[in-house]
Amino acid sequence: MSIELGHFALILAFAIAAVSAVMGLIFWKRDAFAGYLQQGALLQFLLVAAAFGALIQAFVTSDFSLKLAYEHSHSLQPLIYKITAVWGNHEGSMVLWVLILVIMGAAVAAFGRNLPKDLLTLVLAMQSLLAAAFLGFTLFTSNPFLRLVPAPYEGMDLNPILQDIGLAVHPPLLYTGYVGFSICFSFAIAALISGKIDAAWARWVRPWTLVSWCFLTLGIAMGSYWAYYELGWGGWWFWDPVENASFMPWLAGTALLHSALVMEKRNALKIWTIFLSIITFSLSLLGTFMVRSGVLTSVHTFASDPTRGMVILALLAAFIGGAFSLFAFRASSLKVGGLFAPISREGALILNNLFLASATAAVLVGTLYPLLLDALVGETISVGAPFFDLTFGAIMVPLLIVLPFGPFLSWKRGDLIAVTQRLAGAAGLTLFATILCFALTGASVSLAPLGLLLGFWVSFGALAELIDRAKFFRTDVVTSFRRLFGLPRTAWATAIAHFGLGITVIGIVAGSAWQEELVTTIEPGQMATIAGHELIFQGIKHEEGPNYTSDAGEFFVRAPGGDVRTAVAERRIYVASGTPTTEASIQTYGFSQLYIQLGEPQADGKSVIRVWYKPYVTLIWLGCLVMAGAGFLSLSYRRLRIGAPKPARAHGVPAE
Amino acid sequence: MRWLVALALLLALSAPALAVRPDEMLADPALEARAREISEGLRCLVCQNQSIDDSEADLARDLRLIVRERLTAGDTDDQVRAFLVARYGEYVLLNPVLAPHTILLWIAGPVVLAGGALVVLIAARRKRKVATGVSELTAQEAEALKELEDK
Repeated sequence: MSIELGHFALILAFAIAAVSAVMGLIFWKRDAFAGYLQQGALLQFLLVAAAFGALIQAFVTSDFSLKLAYEHSHSLQPLIYKITAVWGNHEGSMVLWVLILVIMGAAVAAFGRNLPKDLLTLVLAMQSLLAAAFLGFTLFTSNPFLRLVPAPYEGMDLNPILQDIGLAVHPPLLYTGYVGFSICFSFAIAALISGKIDAAWARWVRPWTLVSWCFLTLGIAMGSYWAYYELGWGGWWFWDPVENASFMPWLAGTALLHSALVMEKRNALKIWTIFLSIITFSLSLLGTFMVRSGVLTSVHTFASDPTRGMVILALLAAFIGGAFSLFAFRASSLKVGGLFAPISREGALILNNLFLASATAAVLVGTLYPLLLDALVGETISVGAPFFDLTFGAIMVPLLIVLPFGPFLSWKRGDLIAVTQRLAGAAGLTLFATILCFALTGASVSLAPLGLLLGFWVSFGALAELIDRAKFFRTDVVTSFRRLFGLPRTAWATAIAHFGLGITVIGIVAGSAWQEELVTTIEPGQMATIAGHELIFQGIKHEEGPNYTSDAGEFFVRAPGGDVRTAVAERRIYVASGTPTTEASIQTYGFSQLYIQLGEPQADGKSVIRVWYKPYVTLIWLGCLVMAGAGFLSLSYRRLRIGAPKPARAHGVPAE
Repeated sequence: MRWLVALALLLALSAPALAVRPDEMLADPALEARAREISEGLRCLVCQNQSIDDSEADLARDLRLIVRERLTAGDTDDQVRAFLVARYGEYVLLNPVLAPHTILLWIAGPVVLAGGALVVLIAARRKRKVATGVSELTAQEAEALKELEDK
């Protein structure tokens, strides 16, 4: 019964979204419609939430009369995986996607009371249009509410690779990021239709950009860590098309974050910011298309169905094509404003955008090229990690070199020589740290010193900005600390985010340059050594999990410091599907990790093991956490939230 | 087509043995190191974007053995790659070759960067010529912004 209610709620949400979209786009000049659309947005949210709730209920109670639950769940699955199984499949994940879309719409409706009525109406109408399109897609091509008669007694189980806490966290975070950019898209379209765009517009859009960017950062980092520990070959980024699909909106979103800053502070880069808003969400849609349509095969695809692919492609073409036509038609009517010298904060942010946009383009072309070449010429080529490492890396290096200069430059006209002098300390420290690292480890890998240099440079450069603004070493310590804590939160957020980026770069370089690997056969009682860690194999135990059986290989691991642990690496067989998986054992020492993977037992009773020592590898994800944290910090700054009372300026430090 | 995809998935999932196995490795460490490096740039044809060095599929194992066979026979790295391309097509190379049909792929990033830089330069020059002494925010906009801040 509740399944039919959920189905009905989803249909009703579709109808309301469609009506809201049409009414909003026709009557946006009439103030009264803002109220209707606000209510419409809230209703869409409530209805889709109800539909989603109905799906969760069916999965939790193992109601296999629901086809979706039968195909993707099993009564023996732990509760958490019964819940996450709702979006561990195509239909359910579309509902989650739409749910987040309508949550965003409802949030605009709830918090957007200060927006001009016409802008609010247009934004909500665009959100409703997106909701209607994707609700329609869900209902007509991927209906999650189909029933089975007679109901089977048992389900077919969720794909074992997806039976992981990662599925509970990664898709919701990633989707929030993806879909959050729809708000920026809708604001951009609204600005193009109404023809009104100014610094205030940028201020309204920025919190949404920030929220989406933070969630996308977390989602990508989480996905990367999940792949790292679950796929079991120790890599953390594969330049897989589905990874690129999430990375491109992130790159474009990062550019948008910076260009919106210029627009907000200096009223410049308007057309470009609008363009980026459209591009960022278009890339999110492209990602959805690539992952959902089945043009690519991966764990993310779940099921490939050509009809769905064509429909999503049509939606994609309509939204992106429509948006760019509107842009081409209206962009020239927007006024250009804000003058600045090339050497200035604006100039630095333009440089940032130039590099990020080129990097996005390189990744986009690399991702789509093999598909297009195959479709148009019929030649199949692979574009893999070596290509992306080279092209993406080549564009990122100059960006990282100039990055620390940006925050030091003043608006309008900056003094590069003075800034260089102020960064001299950070540069010296960078060189010292890099040389120290190499002296300590004695490594001589060709590109590693450059990479490490960049990582330290970005990190120290970010900290140098805070120290400089607090006037450390130029005034007494107490005043400096007072200045430091009196700095606006946005200054802190900028420094912390850039610091996080530096940390990630250091993690990437260290993790790949000094990684050690050991592949060997081992028998119980035997010892293997890697990077000073001694592994004593204890043998394999057969264990029964809730819905799988497992061969667990146990190791005593003694670290160089004397720390002794038991590590268990497993090979599992999932009962329902008979699918085997490997569960690597990952031991963390400080920022470094030991990654133990167990192979098939051999006929002679020995086992093959593959062990990696990955120094400082966790910095990769910690850096991402720091970046996202900085985003949230910036978001908590009251001046960013329109309508919030102005905070008292602390200790006379000029707020930015 | 769909059965092919299903088959590929099945192959990829059905044998989670280890990637490189000790019994495959060559005795000569220099040769083995070359074999590993070549393997990292070769695609496992039945997997999802995995190199044969990382893949557990049987086909990847076969390819790894071929690489080592050719190296032992005295082939250079390029000859090994050429041998595999002749057999399996360019699809086997994770790093695409630079050739007429891939030129667009390789130059796309640099071209966008160069083109973007050019546009920025032209725009900056034109702006400096056309307008000097224009205020950043119009009075009306500044007021609107201030009003928002004060709310």
